Amino acid sequence: MQLFFVNLRQALPRSIWDWVILFFLLLGTLFFLMPIYVMVVTGLKQAQNVSLSTMWQLPAQLSGGGFIEAWRRLYPNLGNSLQLTIPATILSSILGAINGYIFAKWKFRGANTLFAILVFGMFIPYQSILIPLIQFLEQIRLYGTIWGLVLVHVVYGLPICSLIFRNFFANIPDELVEAARIDGAGVIRIFWLVMLPLALPAFVVVGIFQFTNIWNDFLFGVTVLPNPNAQPVTVALNNLSGSFSVDWNVVMAGAVIVALPTALIYILLGRFFVRGLLAGSVKG
Amino acid sequence: MPTANLQVSRPRRASAQSSRKRFSGEKVLPPLILVPSMAAIITFVYIFILITVWVSLSRWGTLRIDWRLRDPWFETYSQMFAMPRWHADLRNVFVFTALFLSGSIGCGLLLALFLDRRLLGYTVFRNIFLFPYALSFIVTGIAWRWIFNPETGINLLFDGLGINKWLTSIGAAPLKPGWTTDPSVLLSVNDALGHVFPAARSLTVHLGIPIALIPVVVAAGWQLTGFAMSMYIAGLATVPNELREAARIDGANEFQVYTKVVLPMLRPVTVSTAIILGHVSLKIFDLIFAMTGVGPGFATDVPGIFVFDMTFKATRYNLGAAASIVMLLLVACVIVPYLWRNLRRN
Repeated sequence: MQLFFVNLRQALPRSIWDWVILFFLLLGTLFFLMPIYVMVVTGLKQAQNVSLSTMWQLPAQLSGGGFIEAWRRLYPNLGNSLQLTIPATILSSILGAINGYIFAKWKFRGANTLFAILVFGMFIPYQSILIPLIQFLEQIRLYGTIWGLVLVHVVYGLPICSLIFRNFFANIPDELVEAARIDGAGVIRIFWLVMLPLALPAFVVVGIFQFTNIWNDFLFGVTVLPNPNAQPVTVALNNLSGSFSVDWNVVMAGAVIVALPTALIYILLGRFFVRGLLAGSVKG
Repeated sequence: MPTANLQVSRPRRASAQSSRKRFSGEKVLPPLILVPSMAAIITFVYIFILITVWVSLSRWGTLRIDWRLRDPWFETYSQMFAMPRWHADLRNVFVFTALFLSGSIGCGLLLALFLDRRLLGYTVFRNIFLFPYALSFIVTGIAWRWIFNPETGINLLFDGLGINKWLTSIGAAPLKPGWTTDPSVLLSVNDALGHVFPAARSLTVHLGIPIALIPVVVAAGWQLTGFAMSMYIAGLATVPNELREAARIDGANEFQVYTKVVLPMLRPVTVSTAIILGHVSLKIFDLIFAMTGVGPGFATDVPGIFVFDMTFKATRYNLGAAASIVMLLLVACVIVPYLWRNLRRN
C-alpha cells in the first residue's frame, strides 16, 4: 500500500480545493478508462448481443464473446509481429549502445554534427522515404519479407537508440574510462568490460521503448509487406475492422489482443517505460 | 510512435590531453565504429529523401518507372497545390495540430498540476492517464471509431445523461452530431478572409473546423495527453521546493505560487512538448487511417493519408512523393530549429 499512500496524512484532501482537484482527477480517470471499458465489454459480447443501443452495458452472459474468433484470425499475425519485433529490438539496442558509447565517451572532431545528422532521422515523416525504400528492398530481395521489415526497423531505430544510450553513458563518470585506459584497455575493451556491465538499465529502457514502437508500427508493416499472411498484427487488425461486414465484438476483442503485449509491459515495467519516453529530457 | 525527446545531457569528455600513452587506435577507432550506422542513416534517410525529391519532379506518374524530369520541373507541385483535396488536407492538418496541441498540452499541464498536490491515489491516477500512450494508434482509432459512431456511443450518453431531454425542454434541437460522418465545417472564415485575400472566396474548401475532425482530436488527445502530463511532472520535479517556500514566505498565495513561480519555470518543458507533439500531429497517419479514413468530403483527410493513397492506391508516384516532401518540409520547420538549439549547447 505504500505506493498509494506515500504519506497518508499529507495525501488526504485538506481543503475544498483538494476535493475539487480529486473530483477532476476521478473525472479524468473515467475519460481515460472509458475506451478500455468499451473495448473489453464489447469484445466479450456475443455477436447477436452487440447492438448499437446497448454498447455501454455489460455483456448479458459470460462467454468468450468475440475473443475466440479474433484469436483465430489474428494469431498468425501475432506470430509475425513477435518474429519481427524481438530481433529488431535486440539488434537496434546493441547498435544503439555502441553508437551511444562512442558519442558519449570518444568525442572527435565533427562528432556533434554527425550526431545531429543521425538524430534528425528519427523525426522525418517516413512517407518521404517509402518509394526508394521499397525499391531498395526489392533490389536486395528483402521486399515482402519479415527480415526486410526487421532491417527497416533497425535502421530507423538507430537515432533514438543511440540518443538514449548516449545520454545514459554521458552520466557515467569519465574517471572510469580514464582508469581503464591507464590499465591499458582500448576503446573496445572499455566498452565490453566497463560500460556494458553498467548499461543494463539503459538496455531495459531502450528495449521497452523499441518493442513498443515496433509492435505498434503500422506504416512500414502495411507498405513493406503486401502479403496479408506476412503482415504484422496491427495491419491485420486494421484489415479486420475494414472489411465490409464488421463484427464489432470480434474487432474490439482483436484490439484488446493487439494492445495486450505493450499494455502488459507498461503495467509491469512502467517506471522504465516513462524513462524511455522522457529519453533524458528536462534534466539538461 | 517515436516521440522521444532530445534535451541531451552534456557528455563528460575523456580529456584528450592526458599525458598517458595514447594508442593510435584511440584516434581512428571511434569514428570507424560509427561508419556502418552512419552509412545506413545517410542512405536510408538522406539519399532516400533526395530520391523522393527527384521522383516528385519526375514523370513517374504511372506504374511505369520514368525518371525523366517534367517540364516545367515543378509541374507536379503546381498540380497538387491546385487540388481541392490537397487544400482540405492542409486545412485539416493545421486545424488538427492547433486543436490537438492546445488540448493535450492544456490538459496535460492541468493534470500534472493536480497531481502535484500529491493527493491520495497519485500513482494510480498518473499510471492510468499515461496508459493509452503504450497502445497502437490503430487500437485507439478502432476504439474511438466505435465510440463516435453517430448511432451509438457518445450520442447515447447524451441521451442517457438527460442532456437531450433538457435541450428539447428549452426548445432547442437535441444534440445528435453526426461526428465522423458529418461533412460540415464550423466557423468557416472564407468570407472574412475574402476581404483581405480575394482568392479565398474562390476556394472550394471551407476554411474552418470540420466537425468530423473533432472526434479524431479527442482520440489523439486521449492517447497523448499522458505524454504531455509526464513531461510536466518531470518538469515540476525540477522546480525546487525552496523556491515555492520562499514565494509563500513573501506572501504569495497558493495560486500565485503557481502563476508567478512554477509556470514560468515550465516554459522550456512546454516548448519541448509542443515541438514533439507538433511534429507527431503533422505526421499523423495511422490514427486517422484506422478511425475515419479520408472522411466525408475529405473532412478528415491529411497529407499522410494523401501520400499513401496517391502512392499505393492510385500509383501516381510523383504526386505522392511531392506531398511527402511537403510533409517533410513542415516537420523540418519545427524540428530543425529545435535540434539546432539543443545540440549546439553541447
